[in-house]
Amino acid sequence: MKSMAKKLRKTIQSRTDHLLEVREFVLEAARKCGFSDDEASKIVLAVDEACTNVIKHAYQNAPDKEIQIEIQTDENTFQVSVIDEGKAFNPGAAKLPDLKQHLAQYRRGGLGVYLMRTLMDKVEYGYASGRRNEVRLIKYLTPSNSIVRG
Amino acid sequence: MSEFKVQHRDGEGVSVIDLRGYLDAHTAPDLENAFQKLLNEKKFNIVVNCKDLSYISSAGLGVFMAFIEDVRKNQGDIKLTNMSPKVYNVFDLLGFPILYEIYKDELEAVKKFGERR
Repeated sequence: MKSMAKKLRKTIQSRTDHLLEVREFVLEAARKCGFSDDEASKIVLAVDEACTNVIKHAYQNAPDKEIQIEIQTDENTFQVSVIDEGKAFNPGAAKLPDLKQHLAQYRRGGLGVYLMRTLMDKVEYGYASGRRNEVRLIKYLTPSNSIVRG
Repeated sequence: MSEFKVQHRDGEGVSVIDLRGYLDAHTAPDLENAFQKLLNEKKFNIVVNCKDLSYISSAGLGVFMAFIEDVRKNQGDIKLTNMSPKVYNVFDLLGFPILYEIYKDELEAVKKFGERR
């Protein structure tokens, strides 16, 4: 079932034990929007990576901060915003790692950002005064990545 | 509810880690501990069976990255088996099949270790 413009919101504390809850929230919304299971899983993974980055980098593992997850959908766009008030981090400015070289050096970091960009159609970063960071993960609904659910 | 479980079996000079559930930033430390324990015991021939692994994020993939160098320095290896297509896709997106041997079946991987001896 495709729905008209819609907004969903969830706030979690900055702890990794909330990631499962976020994934379930996003999975349900993506499926409702009409994405195939395969495509919904990609969105879910990208959001997990964004939240994990906020927990580890923006909040540096402080467990009592807030992360807001906002889902906005219209007929053919699914956008998830992950919003925090931690340390600004702009991987958008960094070049994508050369994956082969990255792996050859056994480096663990940066894989999440690479995945987000690979899994989504568009990744945008926003900053507002008052230390609010936002990453927007966007996926377009097309005939090839959606299914009609009864 | 148990969202993630690491279990470890030993046999024929090969240690097998069974993964179950969700491997994300929350559960990755459990896998890290399992690898660290094997390395402390000087067990470097490791097969990770992913049959019941339903989800992996980069935090989970990072654990494999963290240990592979040490394991190979000690003439061992980490071989991965029994992945669902969904989990394999994530490994594939990050180019892991270049760096790790991935087998359909656990026995195949165990045999590979045997061939080297």
